[in-house]
Amino acid sequence: MTNPLSATGFVPSRLTRRSLFALTGGVTLAGLAACTGTTTAPAASGSGAAAGGQTITVGSGASDDVPKRAYQAVFDAYAKKSGNVVKVNTVPHNDFQNNINSYLQGSPDMAFTWFAGYRMRYYAAKGLATPMDDAWAAVGSSFSDGLAKASTGDDGKKYLMPMYNYPWGFFYRKSVWSDKGYTVPTTFDALKTLCAKMKSDGLIPIAFADKDGWPAMGTFDYLNMRLNGYQFHTDLCAHKESWDQKKVKDVFDNWKALLPFQDPNALGATWQEAAKSLGDKKSGMYLLGSFVTQQFTDAAVLADIDFFPFPAMAMEGQDSVEAPIDGIMLSSKAKGSAGAMDLMKFLGTPGAEDTYYSIDNSNLPVVKGADLSKLTPLNKKCADTIAGAKHISQFFDRDALPAMASNVMIPALQAFVKDGTVDTANLEAQAKSLYATQ
Amino acid sequence: MTTTVSATTSPPARAERAGGTRRSHLLTTPDKVTLVVMAGIPTLIQFVLVWAPMVLSIILSFMKWNGLSLSDIKSTGLSNYQFIVKDYPPFWPAVAHNIIWLLFLACVATPLGLLLAVLLDQAIRGSRIYQSIFFVPVMLSLPLIGIIWQLMYARNEGFINNITGIANTPAAVDWFGNSSVNLWAALIAATWRHAGYIMVLYLAGLKGVDPSLREAAAVDGASAGQTFFRVVFPAMKPINIVVVVITIIEALRAFDIVYIINRGTNGLELIGALVVQNLVGEGQVIGIGSALAVMLLVVSLVPITIYLSRVFGSED
Repeated sequence: MTNPLSATGFVPSRLTRRSLFALTGGVTLAGLAACTGTTTAPAASGSGAAAGGQTITVGSGASDDVPKRAYQAVFDAYAKKSGNVVKVNTVPHNDFQNNINSYLQGSPDMAFTWFAGYRMRYYAAKGLATPMDDAWAAVGSSFSDGLAKASTGDDGKKYLMPMYNYPWGFFYRKSVWSDKGYTVPTTFDALKTLCAKMKSDGLIPIAFADKDGWPAMGTFDYLNMRLNGYQFHTDLCAHKESWDQKKVKDVFDNWKALLPFQDPNALGATWQEAAKSLGDKKSGMYLLGSFVTQQFTDAAVLADIDFFPFPAMAMEGQDSVEAPIDGIMLSSKAKGSAGAMDLMKFLGTPGAEDTYYSIDNSNLPVVKGADLSKLTPLNKKCADTIAGAKHISQFFDRDALPAMASNVMIPALQAFVKDGTVDTANLEAQAKSLYATQ
Repeated sequence: MTTTVSATTSPPARAERAGGTRRSHLLTTPDKVTLVVMAGIPTLIQFVLVWAPMVLSIILSFMKWNGLSLSDIKSTGLSNYQFIVKDYPPFWPAVAHNIIWLLFLACVATPLGLLLAVLLDQAIRGSRIYQSIFFVPVMLSLPLIGIIWQLMYARNEGFINNITGIANTPAAVDWFGNSSVNLWAALIAATWRHAGYIMVLYLAGLKGVDPSLREAAAVDGASAGQTFFRVVFPAMKPINIVVVVITIIEALRAFDIVYIINRGTNGLELIGALVVQNLVGEGQVIGIGSALAVMLLVVSLVPITIYLSRVFGSED
């Protein structure tokens, strides 16, 4: 996945002709989506083992060139090995994500690209996905606990076969840090001390951009997990915890201490612009996903980039890491299809991962036993951080109700970044109303 | 208006001449078929594309629905509206911004379009070229508009901050990110487009004004200003009404420019952008999005009703 923004669903250019139509047409889209009905006859194609000759359809939102070729290579390898035919329908990623409701209810492909988190669990609970415990029984041991947990639905069954992920953390330029004698902070207090020192050295301590609204969620996620723990964070995202409580207020209070160190012009900047400020040595560090490295096209700069995980705070050390996972799910159409299950098994093998990484190396393989020798030192460090994590969070817009993320959190966090105030009672009121709709 | 009147009166007159004795006859079968097809298809299209979605929107605005199966639709009474008015923070700023938008278009953009039209209606050399230049923004696609204004407004690379010499300094104005200036930045971009649109309408209107009116005014010794404001402008009444309605509707449905800047957040909230935010894509909350759309519809009905009643009223 070369465009990580697409996975978060907050691409500024989301305005398609389709969405304009939806504006004028009001609810026609929604109405049509409902009319397509839910009569999805399970394609009971194979009863026995995957003996070959079956056709497996895959709906893919990986429409960018590199991931598209990477997925194709994986499916080709599978077809060659099993004798089954894999038919891939690639849809532009924004359309794929925006239309996922009607797609899953209409006539979906057997397997489809998706990601871990609330929305995986949501569709699983609505019966729109098929569990793949059989596949996990075969290959599950090669995934870490964090990955296994992230692939599990509310009913305890497995619904996702992870393909790759990428961590969020602080990125910095080694040369700047060695010049100024900075050391990697492991506690929040050390981070604040470091920031103050950077500020006196004339740097913007933490590069920051929030014009698009979603990047600030990364800061919120980490502060909440470090302060209140992974479980609280997940429960809060799923609205099993109230927003209007001291724990949440504490998150914002701690953030307030960090705000003076984050780029004051964040609200008008995109993450690419903030990455440039890090690359130009104007900022000391940048809290973002590892996709930030895509911006450093100069090999010398890229080699100068290093990574450290978010420092420890009150509740937990550095147990949790924010590492959005992309993978493949099975739709309701895959019920009883031995071929689809067989494909899932194959995707969980190191061989499939190696094939994928050989083409798309901007993401990290997730299977134990995958060939890590080709990873750059930075990617190796990122992969080690994820491998050592006890919990893996998925980023707020994947862990929470999408409407909560885009309609509530974006305005709330932008307002907080602007003046340092937040109305948690209002957040709770909005959350209550939105989650009740689901 | 005169053309429509003559068009509707002339065919029966001709028919009368051709065969006056058969006037009392019923319509023949081909006539009926033609009538049904000619009236039926537009009605059907109108129904499917306008009335059905509108009625569905109104119904859904009183429901909660996750967009999955129809059995998940649950009635909630007025709670969507209550939520919007009481708990949805972007709503009231959006209302205020729509009003500012309307005032700005009415007081700045529309008069500017009229001014351009009057200037270009004179026999200036290259008038056609100027007309084309001012009309180009109306025709540009949305992404292109986004790029153009990004080039103007970007904090360090943008034209405005560089020409004023504040780019790359701490004093550089963050035209899109600073919520106290970004609405005005967006309004200038909107004016840039709206003025061209109004200009074209008024150019057509000015061409339609009988030159003898101006000559008569000149003979009576009226100054250029008096001729325009007392004679020409009132003579363009039909165009004026259209322009007023277009200005109001443009202000109400304004959304595209703020959407390409930052999707209508952080100081650029507009009702239209909130409707899109709530109805399209992953942040879809159908009930609330529909309720916002219905509110916008109700407000829009006021100018539309006035417009229609004036148009049809003046024909009688």
